[in-house]
Amino acid sequence: MSTLQADNVSVVFPADSGDVHALDKASLTIGEGDFVVALGASGCGKTTLLNAIAGFLAPTEGTIAIDGTPIGGPGADRAVVFQKHALMPWLNVIDNVAFGLQIQGVERAKRYEMANQYLSLLGLEGFETSAVYQLSGGMQQRVGVARALATDPEILLMDKPLGALDALTRESVQEILLRVWSETRKKVFFITHSVEEALFLGTKLILMSPRPGRITHTYDLDFSRRYLRGEPARAIKASQDFIEMREDVLSRIHGDA
Amino acid sequence: MTVEANHKQAGRGIARVLMNIGRRRRPTTEVYGQPGAGRSSLISFATAFVLLLVWWLVTNAELVKPLFLPPPEMVFDKFVEVSSEGFNNATLFEHALQSIMRVFAAFALACVTAIPIGIGMGVNKLMRGLFDPPIEFYRPIPPLAYLPLIIIWFGIGETSKILLIYLGIFAPLALSARAGVRSASIEQIHVAYSFGASRWQVLKHVVFKAALPEILTGMRIAIGFGWTVLVAAEMVAATSGLGYMVLSASEFLNTSVVILGIIVIGFLAYMFDMIMRFIEGKLVPWKGRA
Repeated sequence: MSTLQADNVSVVFPADSGDVHALDKASLTIGEGDFVVALGASGCGKTTLLNAIAGFLAPTEGTIAIDGTPIGGPGADRAVVFQKHALMPWLNVIDNVAFGLQIQGVERAKRYEMANQYLSLLGLEGFETSAVYQLSGGMQQRVGVARALATDPEILLMDKPLGALDALTRESVQEILLRVWSETRKKVFFITHSVEEALFLGTKLILMSPRPGRITHTYDLDFSRRYLRGEPARAIKASQDFIEMREDVLSRIHGDA
Repeated sequence: MTVEANHKQAGRGIARVLMNIGRRRRPTTEVYGQPGAGRSSLISFATAFVLLLVWWLVTNAELVKPLFLPPPEMVFDKFVEVSSEGFNNATLFEHALQSIMRVFAAFALACVTAIPIGIGMGVNKLMRGLFDPPIEFYRPIPPLAYLPLIIIWFGIGETSKILLIYLGIFAPLALSARAGVRSASIEQIHVAYSFGASRWQVLKHVVFKAALPEILTGMRIAIGFGWTVLVAAEMVAATSGLGYMVLSASEFLNTSVVILGIIVIGFLAYMFDMIMRFIEGKLVPWKGRA
Protein backbone atom coordinates (compact mmCIF):
# COMPACT_ATOMS: atom_id res chain seq x y z
CA MET A 1 0.00 0.00 0.00
CA SER A 2 1.55 3.23 -1.08
CA THR A 3 0.61 6.72 -2.10
CA LEU A 4 2.13 9.07 -4.59
CA GLN A 5 1.87 12.66 -3.50
CA ALA A 6 2.61 15.70 -5.65
CA ASP A 7 2.67 18.83 -3.54
CA ASN A 8 2.51 22.34 -5.05
CA VAL A 9 4.62 21.28 -8.00
CA SER A 10 5.72 24.10 -10.30
CA VAL A 11 7.86 23.74 -13.39
CA VAL A 12 9.32 26.81 -15.07
CA PHE A 13 11.24 26.58 -18.32
CA PRO A 14 13.57 29.52 -18.86
CA ALA A 15 13.18 31.01 -22.32
CA ASP A 16 14.53 34.07 -24.12
CA SER A 17 11.07 35.56 -24.41
CA GLY A 18 10.39 35.25 -20.69
CA ASP A 19 10.00 32.18 -18.48
CA VAL A 20 7.35 29.64 -19.40
CA HIS A 21 5.25 28.46 -16.49
CA ALA A 22 4.56 24.96 -17.75
CA LEU A 23 3.08 23.92 -14.43
CA ASP A 24 1.88 26.09 -11.58
CA LYS A 25 1.40 24.71 -8.04
CA ALA A 26 -0.13 21.42 -9.02
CA SER A 27 -1.08 19.13 -6.17
CA LEU A 28 -2.23 15.59 -6.68
CA THR A 29 -2.60 12.43 -4.66
CA ILE A 30 -2.64 9.03 -6.31
CA GLY A 31 -3.54 6.34 -3.83
CA GLU A 32 -3.98 2.60 -3.95
CA GLY A 33 -6.23 1.50 -6.82
CA ASP A 34 -6.55 5.01 -8.24
CA PHE A 35 -6.80 5.51 -11.98
CA VAL A 36 -6.17 9.24 -12.35
CA VAL A 37 -6.81 10.76 -15.75
CA ALA A 38 -5.53 14.19 -16.75
CA LEU A 39 -7.39 16.08 -19.43
CA GLY A 40 -6.85 19.50 -20.90
CA ALA A 41 -5.97 21.56 -23.91
CA SER A 42 -2.50 21.40 -25.43
CA GLY A 43 0.07 23.22 -23.34
CA CYS A 44 -1.79 22.78 -20.06
CA GLY A 45 1.14 20.99 -18.46
CA LYS A 46 -0.21 17.42 -18.42
CA THR A 47 2.91 15.96 -19.96
CA THR A 48 5.11 18.20 -17.82
CA LEU A 49 3.36 16.85 -14.72
CA LEU A 50 3.85 13.28 -15.95
CA ASN A 51 7.51 13.91 -16.72
CA ALA A 52 7.97 15.38 -13.25
CA ILE A 53 6.32 12.38 -11.61
CA ALA A 54 8.41 10.04 -13.78
CA GLY A 55 11.49 11.97 -12.66
CA PHE A 56 12.59 13.00 -16.16
CA LEU A 57 12.58 16.61 -15.01
CA ALA A 58 12.96 18.08 -11.54
CA PRO A 59 10.23 20.47 -10.36
CA THR A 60 11.29 24.10 -9.98
CA GLU A 61 9.27 24.19 -6.77
CA GLY A 62 7.29 21.71 -4.75
CA THR A 63 7.88 18.04 -4.02
CA ILE A 64 6.84 14.70 -5.39
CA ALA A 65 7.05 11.82 -2.95
CA ILE A 66 6.04 8.20 -2.67
CA ASP A 67 5.02 7.37 0.89
CA GLY A 68 6.81 10.47 2.06
CA THR A 69 10.09 9.66 0.32
CA PRO A 70 10.87 12.29 -2.32
CA ILE A 71 11.64 10.87 -5.73
CA GLY A 72 15.05 11.63 -7.15
CA GLY A 73 15.02 11.03 -10.88
CA PRO A 74 13.46 8.15 -12.78
CA GLY A 75 13.02 4.87 -10.95
CA ALA A 76 11.73 1.37 -11.38
CA ASP A 77 8.72 2.08 -9.14
CA ARG A 78 7.26 4.27 -11.90
CA ALA A 79 6.88 2.76 -15.38
CA VAL A 80 5.98 4.79 -18.45
CA VAL A 81 3.93 4.09 -21.57
CA PHE A 82 4.13 6.55 -24.45
CA GLN A 83 2.04 7.28 -27.51
CA LYS A 84 4.50 5.74 -29.95
CA HIS A 85 8.11 5.24 -30.97
CA ALA A 86 8.92 3.83 -27.58
CA LEU A 87 9.32 0.14 -28.40
CA MET A 88 12.73 -1.14 -29.42
CA PRO A 89 12.46 -2.34 -33.03
CA TRP A 90 15.66 -4.40 -32.72
CA LEU A 91 13.98 -6.57 -30.09
CA ASN A 92 11.14 -9.00 -30.76
CA VAL A 93 7.91 -8.86 -28.75
CA ILE A 94 9.02 -10.93 -25.77
CA ASP A 95 12.38 -9.17 -25.52
CA ASN A 96 10.59 -5.84 -25.56
CA VAL A 97 8.32 -6.94 -22.74
CA ALA A 98 11.34 -8.27 -20.85
CA PHE A 99 13.39 -5.12 -21.56
CA GLY A 100 12.93 -3.60 -18.10
CA LEU A 101 13.80 -6.90 -16.46
CA GLN A 102 16.92 -7.13 -18.60
CA ILE A 103 17.92 -3.63 -17.47
CA GLN A 104 17.41 -4.78 -13.91
CA GLY A 105 19.68 -7.76 -14.44
CA VAL A 106 17.10 -10.54 -14.30
CA GLU A 107 18.45 -13.65 -16.01
CA ARG A 108 16.97 -14.68 -19.34
CA ALA A 109 14.89 -17.72 -18.34
CA LYS A 110 13.37 -15.91 -15.39
CA ARG A 111 12.57 -12.77 -17.34
CA TYR A 112 10.94 -14.72 -20.17
CA GLU A 113 8.81 -16.51 -17.62
CA MET A 114 7.67 -13.18 -16.16
CA ALA A 115 7.23 -11.59 -19.58
CA ASN A 116 5.04 -14.48 -20.68
CA GLN A 117 2.59 -13.78 -17.85
CA TYR A 118 2.05 -10.24 -19.06
CA LEU A 119 1.93 -11.25 -22.70
CA SER A 120 -1.01 -13.50 -21.93
CA LEU A 121 -2.58 -10.87 -19.67
CA LEU A 122 -2.64 -8.52 -22.66
CA GLY A 123 -3.69 -11.17 -25.14
CA LEU A 124 -0.39 -11.32 -26.99
CA GLU A 125 0.24 -15.07 -26.81
CA GLY A 126 1.65 -16.47 -30.02
CA PHE A 127 3.42 -13.23 -30.93
CA GLU A 128 6.48 -13.74 -28.69
CA THR A 129 8.97 -13.82 -31.53
CA SER A 130 7.21 -11.39 -33.88
CA ALA A 131 8.97 -8.19 -34.86
CA VAL A 132 7.28 -5.22 -33.19
CA TYR A 133 7.16 -3.21 -36.41
CA GLN A 134 5.02 -5.92 -37.98
CA LEU A 135 2.31 -5.57 -35.32
CA SER A 136 -0.74 -3.34 -35.59
CA GLY A 137 -0.77 -0.09 -33.62
CA GLY A 138 -3.12 -1.54 -31.00
CA MET A 139 -0.90 -4.55 -30.43
CA GLN A 140 2.20 -2.36 -30.23
CA GLN A 141 0.59 -0.35 -27.44
CA ARG A 142 -0.34 -3.55 -25.64
CA VAL A 143 3.30 -4.61 -25.85
CA GLY A 144 4.19 -1.22 -24.34
CA VAL A 145 1.76 -1.79 -21.46
CA ALA A 146 3.03 -5.34 -20.90
CA ARG A 147 6.59 -4.03 -20.79
CA ALA A 148 5.65 -1.41 -18.22
CA LEU A 149 3.86 -3.99 -16.06
CA ALA A 150 6.56 -6.66 -16.32
CA THR A 151 8.82 -4.97 -13.78
CA ASP A 152 5.93 -4.76 -11.30
CA PRO A 153 6.03 -1.00 -10.70
CA GLU A 154 3.97 0.89 -8.12
CA ILE A 155 2.42 3.15 -10.71
CA LEU A 156 1.93 3.28 -14.46
CA LEU A 157 2.44 6.67 -16.10
CA MET A 158 0.73 6.75 -19.46
CA ASP A 159 1.14 9.69 -21.83
CA LYS A 160 -1.67 9.57 -24.43
CA PRO A 161 -0.98 5.86 -24.95
CA LEU A 162 -4.00 5.35 -27.20
CA GLY A 163 -3.72 8.67 -29.04
CA ALA A 164 -2.40 7.17 -32.26
CA LEU A 165 -4.99 4.38 -32.50
CA ASP A 166 -8.11 4.38 -34.62
CA ALA A 167 -11.41 4.78 -32.78
CA LEU A 168 -12.42 1.10 -32.88
CA THR A 169 -9.04 -0.25 -31.77
CA ARG A 170 -8.93 2.43 -29.14
CA GLU A 171 -12.16 1.28 -27.50
CA SER A 172 -11.05 -2.33 -27.40
CA VAL A 173 -7.66 -1.40 -25.89
CA GLN A 174 -9.46 0.77 -23.30
CA GLU A 175 -11.42 -2.28 -22.18
CA ILE A 176 -8.26 -4.40 -22.08
CA LEU A 177 -6.58 -1.70 -20.00
CA LEU A 178 -9.40 -1.64 -17.46
CA ARG A 179 -9.31 -5.40 -17.05
CA VAL A 180 -5.55 -5.36 -16.65
CA TRP A 181 -5.81 -2.51 -14.14
CA SER A 182 -8.37 -4.37 -12.04
CA GLU A 183 -6.31 -7.57 -12.12
CA THR A 184 -2.97 -5.97 -11.27
CA ARG A 185 -4.32 -3.28 -8.90
CA LYS A 186 -1.74 -0.79 -10.15
CA LYS A 187 -2.02 2.92 -9.64
CA VAL A 188 -2.34 4.70 -12.96
CA PHE A 189 -1.71 8.26 -14.11
CA PHE A 190 -3.12 8.59 -17.59
CA ILE A 191 -3.06 11.52 -20.00
CA THR A 192 -5.56 11.79 -22.83
CA HIS A 193 -7.15 14.30 -25.16
CA SER A 194 -10.40 12.37 -25.33
CA VAL A 195 -13.14 13.29 -22.85
CA GLU A 196 -14.95 9.98 -23.38
CA GLU A 197 -11.77 8.03 -22.77
CA ALA A 198 -11.07 10.04 -19.63
CA LEU A 199 -14.54 9.45 -18.19
CA PHE A 200 -14.63 5.78 -19.12
CA LEU A 201 -11.22 4.87 -17.71
CA GLY A 202 -10.68 7.04 -14.68
CA THR A 203 -11.61 6.79 -11.04
CA LYS A 204 -10.52 10.38 -10.73
CA LEU A 205 -10.35 13.06 -13.42
CA ILE A 206 -8.24 16.18 -13.20
CA LEU A 207 -8.94 19.01 -15.61
CA MET A 208 -6.00 21.20 -16.48
CA SER A 209 -5.80 24.53 -18.25
CA PRO A 210 -2.89 26.33 -19.87
CA ARG A 211 -0.85 29.49 -19.25
CA PRO A 212 0.14 28.78 -16.57
CA GLY A 213 -0.51 25.05 -16.59
CA ARG A 214 -2.58 24.21 -13.55
CA ILE A 215 -5.20 21.82 -12.21
CA THR A 216 -8.59 23.54 -12.33
CA HIS A 217 -11.09 20.85 -11.42
CA THR A 218 -11.21 17.38 -10.00
CA TYR A 219 -13.98 14.84 -10.50
CA ASP A 220 -14.55 11.47 -8.90
CA LEU A 221 -15.75 8.87 -11.39
CA ASP A 222 -17.17 5.36 -11.20
CA PHE A 223 -17.83 4.45 -14.85
CA SER A 224 -14.79 2.20 -14.98
CA ARG A 225 -15.95 0.31 -11.89
CA ARG A 226 -19.39 -0.07 -13.45
CA TYR A 227 -17.75 -1.55 -16.54
CA LEU A 228 -15.74 -3.95 -14.44
CA ARG A 229 -18.89 -4.99 -12.58
CA GLY A 230 -20.25 -6.17 -15.92
CA GLU A 231 -22.14 -3.26 -17.40
CA PRO A 232 -21.49 -3.09 -21.19
CA ALA A 233 -19.17 -0.32 -22.36
CA ARG A 234 -21.65 0.96 -24.92
CA ALA A 235 -24.41 1.14 -22.36
CA ILE A 236 -22.19 3.14 -20.00
CA LYS A 237 -21.12 5.56 -22.69
CA ALA A 238 -24.75 6.04 -23.77
CA SER A 239 -26.09 6.47 -20.23
CA GLN A 240 -27.56 9.76 -19.12
CA ASP A 241 -25.07 10.48 -16.34
CA PHE A 242 -22.11 9.73 -18.64
CA ILE A 243 -23.42 12.17 -21.25
CA GLU A 244 -24.17 14.84 -18.66
CA MET A 245 -20.72 14.58 -17.20
CA ARG A 246 -19.15 14.65 -20.65
CA GLU A 247 -21.00 17.87 -21.48
CA ASP A 248 -20.06 19.36 -18.12
CA VAL A 249 -16.38 18.57 -18.66
CA LEU A 250 -16.47 19.86 -22.22
CA SER A 251 -18.09 23.13 -21.21
CA ARG A 252 -15.43 23.66 -18.55
CA ILE A 253 -12.65 22.97 -21.03
CA HIS A 254 -14.13 25.33 -23.61
CA GLY A 255 -14.92 27.90 -20.96
CA ASP A 256 -11.27 27.90 -19.93
CA ALA A 257 -9.88 28.08 -23.44
CA MET B 1 3.34 9.24 -93.84
CA THR B 2 6.52 11.30 -93.96
CA VAL B 3 9.89 9.95 -92.93
CA GLU B 4 9.94 12.33 -90.00
CA ALA B 5 6.62 11.08 -88.72
CA ASN B 6 7.87 7.54 -89.06
CA HIS B 7 10.87 8.37 -86.93
CA LYS B 8 8.67 9.98 -84.32
CA GLN B 9 6.47 6.92 -84.27
CA ALA B 10 9.47 4.64 -83.82
CA GLY B 11 10.85 6.90 -81.09
CA ARG B 12 7.59 6.71 -79.17
CA GLY B 13 7.56 2.96 -79.59
CA ILE B 14 11.04 2.64 -78.11
CA ALA B 15 10.08 4.94 -75.26
CA ARG B 16 7.06 2.78 -74.52
CA VAL B 17 9.15 -0.39 -74.57
CA LEU B 18 11.67 1.18 -72.18
CA MET B 19 8.92 2.37 -69.86
CA ASN B 20 7.46 -1.11 -69.76
CA ILE B 21 10.72 -2.83 -68.90
CA GLY B 22 10.68 -3.76 -65.24
CA ARG B 23 7.00 -3.08 -64.90
CA ARG B 24 5.05 -5.99 -63.49
CA ARG B 25 2.76 -7.75 -65.90
CA ARG B 26 0.16 -8.22 -63.19
CA PRO B 27 -2.11 -5.19 -63.29
CA THR B 28 -1.57 -3.04 -60.27
CA THR B 29 -4.09 -0.83 -58.54
CA GLU B 30 -1.43 1.40 -56.99
CA VAL B 31 -1.69 4.04 -59.67
CA TYR B 32 -1.28 6.85 -57.15
CA GLY B 33 1.45 5.16 -55.12
CA GLN B 34 4.83 6.44 -54.06
CA PRO B 35 6.78 7.95 -56.95
CA GLY B 36 9.42 5.51 -58.13
CA ALA B 37 8.01 2.46 -56.37
CA GLY B 38 8.75 -1.01 -57.75
CA ARG B 39 11.78 -2.98 -58.85
CA SER B 40 14.25 -1.38 -61.21
CA SER B 41 16.69 -4.27 -61.67
CA LEU B 42 15.47 -5.17 -65.15
CA ILE B 43 15.94 -1.59 -66.30
CA SER B 44 19.42 -1.65 -64.78
CA PHE B 45 20.30 -4.75 -66.76
CA ALA B 46 18.96 -3.12 -69.88
CA THR B 47 21.09 -0.03 -69.20
CA ALA B 48 24.23 -2.11 -68.76
CA PHE B 49 23.45 -4.01 -71.93
CA VAL B 50 22.80 -0.86 -73.95
CA LEU B 51 26.01 0.76 -72.70
CA LEU B 52 28.01 -2.31 -73.73
CA LEU B 53 26.27 -2.38 -77.07
CA VAL B 54 27.01 1.29 -77.74
CA TRP B 55 30.63 0.71 -76.74
CA TRP B 56 30.88 -2.25 -79.07
CA LEU B 57 29.17 -0.39 -81.94
CA VAL B 58 31.25 2.80 -81.84
CA THR B 59 34.52 0.89 -81.55
CA ASN B 60 33.76 -1.74 -84.18
CA ALA B 61 32.44 0.88 -86.57
CA GLU B 62 35.84 2.52 -86.02
CA LEU B 63 34.29 5.81 -84.99
CA VAL B 64 36.85 5.98 -82.16
CA LYS B 65 40.47 4.92 -82.37
CA PRO B 66 41.41 1.96 -80.10
CA LEU B 67 44.00 4.23 -78.47
CA PHE B 68 41.17 6.29 -77.00
CA LEU B 69 38.62 3.54 -76.57
CA PRO B 70 39.51 -0.06 -77.38
CA PRO B 71 36.61 -2.35 -78.25
CA PRO B 72 35.16 -4.54 -75.48
CA GLU B 73 36.58 -7.73 -76.94
CA MET B 74 40.06 -6.23 -76.81
CA VAL B 75 39.59 -5.41 -73.14
CA PHE B 76 38.33 -8.94 -72.58
CA ASP B 77 41.43 -10.34 -74.30
CA LYS B 78 43.51 -8.18 -71.97
CA PHE B 79 41.52 -9.54 -69.05
CA VAL B 80 42.47 -13.08 -70.07
CA GLU B 81 46.05 -12.07 -70.74
CA VAL B 82 46.58 -10.13 -67.51
CA SER B 83 44.83 -12.85 -65.53
CA SER B 84 47.17 -15.55 -66.80
CA GLU B 85 50.42 -13.85 -67.78
CA GLY B 86 50.17 -10.74 -65.65
CA PHE B 87 51.01 -7.11 -66.17
CA ASN B 88 54.20 -5.59 -64.76
CA ASN B 89 55.19 -8.70 -62.84
CA ALA B 90 51.83 -9.42 -61.25
CA THR B 91 48.66 -11.14 -62.41
CA LEU B 92 45.31 -9.40 -62.27
CA PHE B 93 44.43 -11.48 -59.23
CA GLU B 94 47.60 -10.36 -57.42
CA HIS B 95 46.96 -6.72 -58.30
CA ALA B 96 43.38 -7.00 -57.12
CA LEU B 97 44.38 -8.82 -53.94
CA GLN B 98 46.96 -6.16 -53.12
CA SER B 99 44.38 -3.38 -53.54
CA ILE B 100 41.72 -5.25 -51.59
CA MET B 101 44.20 -5.74 -48.74
CA ARG B 102 45.00 -2.02 -48.68
CA VAL B 103 41.40 -0.90 -48.80
CA PHE B 104 40.29 -3.41 -46.20
CA ALA B 105 43.18 -2.78 -43.85
CA ALA B 106 42.28 0.92 -43.96
CA PHE B 107 38.58 0.14 -43.63
CA ALA B 108 39.11 -2.15 -40.65
CA LEU B 109 41.29 0.46 -38.95
CA ALA B 110 38.68 3.13 -39.65
CA CYS B 111 35.88 0.97 -38.25
CA VAL B 112 37.63 0.38 -34.94
CA THR B 113 38.58 4.05 -34.57
CA ALA B 114 36.01 6.19 -36.42
CA ILE B 115 32.91 4.42 -35.08
CA PRO B 116 33.85 4.74 -31.37
CA ILE B 117 35.05 8.30 -31.90
CA GLY B 118 31.90 9.22 -33.81
CA ILE B 119 29.70 7.69 -31.14
CA GLY B 120 31.75 9.49 -28.52
CA MET B 121 31.25 12.77 -30.35
CA GLY B 122 27.52 12.14 -30.39
CA VAL B 123 27.16 11.40 -26.69
CA ASN B 124 29.86 13.49 -25.08
CA LYS B 125 30.53 17.18 -25.51
CA LEU B 126 34.20 16.89 -24.55
CA MET B 127 34.74 14.37 -27.35
CA ARG B 128 32.73 16.51 -29.75
CA GLY B 129 34.75 19.59 -28.89
CA LEU B 130 38.03 17.71 -29.28
CA PHE B 131 37.39 15.95 -32.57
CA ASP B 132 35.01 18.25 -34.40
CA PRO B 133 37.55 20.89 -35.58
CA PRO B 134 40.20 18.50 -36.99
CA ILE B 135 37.67 16.24 -38.70
CA GLU B 136 35.62 19.05 -40.19
CA PHE B 137 38.80 20.79 -41.31
CA TYR B 138 40.44 17.94 -43.16
CA ARG B 139 37.25 16.28 -44.43
CA PRO B 140 36.66 18.46 -47.53
CA ILE B 141 40.35 18.53 -48.53
CA PRO B 142 41.05 16.22 -51.51
CA PRO B 143 43.39 13.37 -50.46
CA LEU B 144 45.71 14.27 -53.35
CA ALA B 145 46.35 17.61 -51.61
CA TYR B 146 47.69 16.10 -48.41
CA LEU B 147 49.31 13.09 -50.06
CA PRO B 148 52.71 14.90 -50.36
CA LEU B 149 52.63 15.68 -46.66
CA ILE B 150 51.92 12.06 -45.80
CA ILE B 151 54.83 10.98 -47.97
CA ILE B 152 57.14 13.47 -46.22
CA TRP B 153 56.03 12.23 -42.82
CA PHE B 154 55.59 8.51 -43.38
CA GLY B 155 57.71 7.73 -46.41
CA ILE B 156 56.71 5.83 -49.50
CA GLY B 157 55.98 2.48 -47.90
CA GLU B 158 52.76 0.66 -47.22
CA THR B 159 51.99 2.88 -44.21
CA SER B 160 51.43 5.95 -46.35
CA LYS B 161 49.15 4.12 -48.77
CA ILE B 162 46.95 2.66 -46.07
CA LEU B 163 46.97 5.92 -44.12
CA LEU B 164 45.73 7.88 -47.13
CA ILE B 165 42.85 5.46 -47.72
CA TYR B 166 42.17 5.40 -43.99
CA LEU B 167 41.83 9.18 -43.87
CA GLY B 168 39.42 9.07 -46.80
CA ILE B 169 37.25 6.56 -44.94
CA PHE B 170 37.58 7.95 -41.42
CA ALA B 171 35.68 11.23 -41.73
CA PRO B 172 32.45 10.03 -43.34
CA LEU B 173 32.34 7.03 -41.01
CA ALA B 174 32.87 9.11 -37.87
CA LEU B 175 30.23 11.60 -38.96
CA SER B 176 27.64 8.92 -39.65
CA ALA B 177 28.27 7.30 -36.27
CA ARG B 178 27.93 10.70 -34.65
CA ALA B 179 24.64 11.34 -36.44
CA GLY B 180 23.49 7.79 -35.70
CA VAL B 181 23.44 8.22 -31.93
CA ARG B 182 20.72 10.82 -32.44
CA SER B 183 18.44 8.12 -33.87
CA ALA B 184 17.11 6.90 -30.53
CA SER B 185 13.83 8.65 -29.69
CA ILE B 186 13.53 10.48 -26.39
CA GLU B 187 10.69 8.09 -25.49
CA GLN B 188 12.95 5.05 -25.92
CA ILE B 189 15.56 6.70 -23.73
CA HIS B 190 12.99 7.68 -21.10
CA VAL B 191 11.60 4.15 -21.00
CA ALA B 192 15.06 2.78 -20.26
CA TYR B 193 15.66 5.36 -17.51
CA SER B 194 12.27 4.62 -15.98
CA PHE B 195 13.35 1.00 -15.53
CA GLY B 196 16.25 2.30 -13.47
CA ALA B 197 18.85 2.10 -16.24
CA SER B 198 22.22 3.70 -15.67
CA ARG B 199 23.59 6.11 -18.26
CA TRP B 200 25.83 3.37 -19.57
CA GLN B 201 22.89 0.97 -19.86
CA VAL B 202 20.91 3.58 -21.81
CA LEU B 203 23.83 3.90 -24.21
CA LYS B 204 24.34 0.16 -24.52
CA HIS B 205 20.73 -0.98 -24.76
CA VAL B 206 19.14 1.93 -26.60
CA VAL B 207 21.46 4.51 -28.15
CA PHE B 208 24.00 2.16 -29.76
CA LYS B 209 21.32 -0.18 -31.06
CA ALA B 210 19.33 2.68 -32.56
CA ALA B 211 22.50 4.03 -34.17
CA LEU B 212 23.30 0.77 -35.96
CA PRO B 213 21.36 1.39 -39.21
CA GLU B 214 23.01 4.74 -39.73
CA ILE B 215 26.45 3.35 -38.90
CA LEU B 216 26.02 0.56 -41.44
CA THR B 217 24.95 3.08 -44.08
CA GLY B 218 28.01 5.12 -43.12
CA MET B 219 30.20 2.05 -43.61
CA ARG B 220 28.80 1.60 -47.11
CA ILE B 221 29.41 5.21 -48.04
CA ALA B 222 32.82 5.29 -46.38
CA ILE B 223 34.28 2.27 -48.11
CA GLY B 224 33.15 3.86 -51.36
CA PHE B 225 35.49 6.72 -50.49
CA GLY B 226 38.17 4.12 -49.83
CA TRP B 227 38.01 2.82 -53.40
CA THR B 228 38.03 6.41 -54.64
CA VAL B 229 41.29 7.14 -52.83
CA LEU B 230 42.91 3.84 -53.85
CA VAL B 231 44.37 5.10 -57.15
CA ALA B 232 45.83 8.18 -55.48
CA ALA B 233 47.36 5.99 -52.78
CA GLU B 234 48.95 3.68 -55.32
CA MET B 235 50.51 6.59 -57.22
CA VAL B 236 53.35 6.46 -54.73
CA ALA B 237 56.06 3.93 -55.37
CA ALA B 238 53.70 1.01 -55.61
CA THR B 239 54.76 -2.13 -57.48
CA SER B 240 51.38 -3.76 -57.57
CA GLY B 241 47.72 -2.98 -57.04
CA LEU B 242 44.87 -2.05 -59.34
CA GLY B 243 45.53 1.68 -59.03
CA TYR B 244 49.19 1.08 -59.85
CA MET B 245 48.19 -1.10 -62.77
CA VAL B 246 45.94 1.63 -64.21
CA LEU B 247 48.52 4.37 -63.72
CA SER B 248 51.46 2.50 -65.24
CA ALA B 249 49.30 1.28 -68.14
CA SER B 250 48.33 4.87 -68.88
CA GLU B 251 51.99 5.85 -69.13
CA PHE B 252 52.36 3.36 -72.00
CA LEU B 253 49.01 4.42 -73.49
CA ASN B 254 47.84 0.87 -72.84
CA THR B 255 44.19 1.92 -72.79
CA SER B 256 42.82 -1.63 -72.62
CA VAL B 257 44.51 -2.25 -69.28
CA VAL B 258 43.35 1.15 -68.00
CA ILE B 259 39.76 0.26 -68.79
CA LEU B 260 40.22 -3.26 -67.42
CA GLY B 261 41.49 -1.80 -64.13
CA ILE B 262 38.60 0.64 -63.91
CA ILE B 263 36.08 -2.12 -64.50
CA VAL B 264 37.68 -4.38 -61.88
CA ILE B 265 37.75 -1.59 -59.26
CA GLY B 266 34.13 -0.76 -60.01
CA PHE B 267 33.16 -4.42 -59.86
CA LEU B 268 34.91 -4.99 -56.50
CA ALA B 269 33.33 -1.88 -54.99
CA TYR B 270 29.92 -2.97 -56.24
CA MET B 271 30.35 -6.49 -54.88
CA PHE B 272 31.31 -5.14 -51.49
CA ASP B 273 28.28 -2.88 -51.46
CA MET B 274 26.10 -5.89 -52.25
CA ILE B 275 27.62 -7.77 -49.31
CA MET B 276 27.04 -4.77 -47.05
CA ARG B 277 23.40 -4.51 -48.18
CA PHE B 278 22.97 -8.18 -47.37
CA ILE B 279 24.51 -7.69 -43.93
CA GLU B 280 22.26 -4.68 -43.40
CA GLY B 281 19.22 -6.74 -44.21
CA LYS B 282 20.29 -9.36 -41.66
CA LEU B 283 21.47 -7.02 -38.91
CA VAL B 284 18.96 -4.18 -39.07
CA PRO B 285 15.80 -5.52 -40.68
CA TRP B 286 13.87 -2.82 -38.83
CA LYS B 287 15.68 -0.04 -40.71
CA GLY B 288 13.20 2.54 -41.95
CA ARG B 289 10.28 0.61 -40.49
CA ALA B 290 10.03 1.89 -36.95
